[in-house]
Amino acid sequence: MFCEKAIELIRELQRMSDGQLPAFNEDGLRQVLQEMEALYEQNQSDVNEAKSEGRAELIPSIKLRHCCLLRNQRCIRPSLRIRALRWEYGSVLPPNIRFHMCAEELQWFGQYKKSLASFMRSLGGEEGLDITQDMKPPKSLYIEVRCLKDHGEFEIDDGTVILLKKNSQHFLPRWKCEQLIRQGVLEHVVS
Amino acid sequence: MEENFLSLDDILLSHERLPIRTEITFPRLGFLEKSSDTQDIAEGTKMELPLWLSKALYERKRRVLSVELPKVYREGWRTVFNADPNVVDLHKMGPYYYSLGSQMLHFDSPENPDIAQTLLQTFIGRFRRTMDSSQNAYNEDTSALVERLDCLEKGLFRSGQSGLNGFQSWEKGQATQLTASSLVLNYRKRKITDIQS
Repeated sequence: MFCEKAIELIRELQRMSDGQLPAFNEDGLRQVLQEMEALYEQNQSDVNEAKSEGRAELIPSIKLRHCCLLRNQRCIRPSLRIRALRWEYGSVLPPNIRFHMCAEELQWFGQYKKSLASFMRSLGGEEGLDITQDMKPPKSLYIEVRCLKDHGEFEIDDGTVILLKKNSQHFLPRWKCEQLIRQGVLEHVVS
Repeated sequence: MEENFLSLDDILLSHERLPIRTEITFPRLGFLEKSSDTQDIAEGTKMELPLWLSKALYERKRRVLSVELPKVYREGWRTVFNADPNVVDLHKMGPYYYSLGSQMLHFDSPENPDIAQTLLQTFIGRFRRTMDSSQNAYNEDTSALVERLDCLEKGLFRSGQSGLNGFQSWEKGQATQLTASSLVLNYRKRKITDIQS
C-alpha cells in the first residue's frame, strides 16, 4: 500500500513526543518524495491517456493516486516537528536541536520566528507585547536565581555586567531571566 | 467529526485499515491487492484499505466502494457496550475506539444512528470512572488505571492529572516559580541516562 514510509516517519515523531526531536530522517523523507514523484508521473500519463483517448475508467485510479500524494504531503510537513520549539527554547535554538534539523526546517523556523515577532509587535500599542514572557503569573519584579551552568557574561538594562558562573546566585529582573530559566541555564530560587 | 489536519494522533488513527468492497474497477492498481495477480483491481473485490483512503474515495452519490463496519461497531459488540461499558478493554479493542467510530459515520451505514448512540453512551458510562481516578491519583503509578482506556480517554486522564498537579503545586506556593521547559528537562534526563549506561 502507498504511504507506508510516510506513516513510519509519523510513528517516529510520536515515539519521541515527550519533547525531544528525533534525528532528521533524510533517507525516510527521500523515499517518501520518490514515492510521490512516481505517483505523480503515473497520474500525468494516465490523465493524458484519459483525455486523448477518452478513457474515463482510468479516473478512479488517478483519484486514488492523488489521495496518496495528499496523504504523503500531510505526513511530511515540518510544522509538525518544530513549531513548539520556538515557545520552549526561545528564539535561538540550542545546537543539539539544530543538529537534528535539516536546512528547510531551519528556514521554516526562521520564518515562523519572524511571523511571531511581527504579531507581537502589532499588539499592545507602540512597543508591542512579548507573549513568550510571563508564562506564569509574576509576583515580583526581581527574582533570585541560581546559575546551573557557566554562561559567561550577562548584561542587564542599567549597563551592569554580571558573570554567570555555575552555582553563583543573583538578584535579577524577572524579564531578563525568563528565557534563561526556560533554557535551563538559571534556576529560580523560591524561599 | 472532522480530523485535525496537523494532529499526529489523527494521522495515526486514519491509518487504521477497514474491510471494503470495490464497486468499480481501478485500472493498473492490481498490485495493491495481494491475493490476486491481476493488473487491475476488479469491481467487487474485497480488500483492506486504510481509513484515509477509504474516506477520500467514498462518494455518497456514486458507488465507488462500500465499507464494512469493523467488528467493534457491529451489533454484537454494541450489545456488550450497552450492557456495561466499564468492563471493556478499549485499548485492546483498537486504541482509537471513539475517534474511529466517529469517522465510520462518514460512510452512511444504515446502522449509523445505533453506532452513534452506542459511542455516546459508552463514553458517558466510562467517563465518571476516568474523571474520578484522574483527580484522585496523586504522585502514584497510574499505569493500571489507564491501561484499558482508549486514546481519547487517556488524553482526558492526562488533562485531569495535569489539573490536579497544577492545583497541588499552587497550594504549595510553587505556582509562581519559573521552571525550565519540559523539553530541556527531558533532554537532560536522557543525557544522564545515556552517560550512565
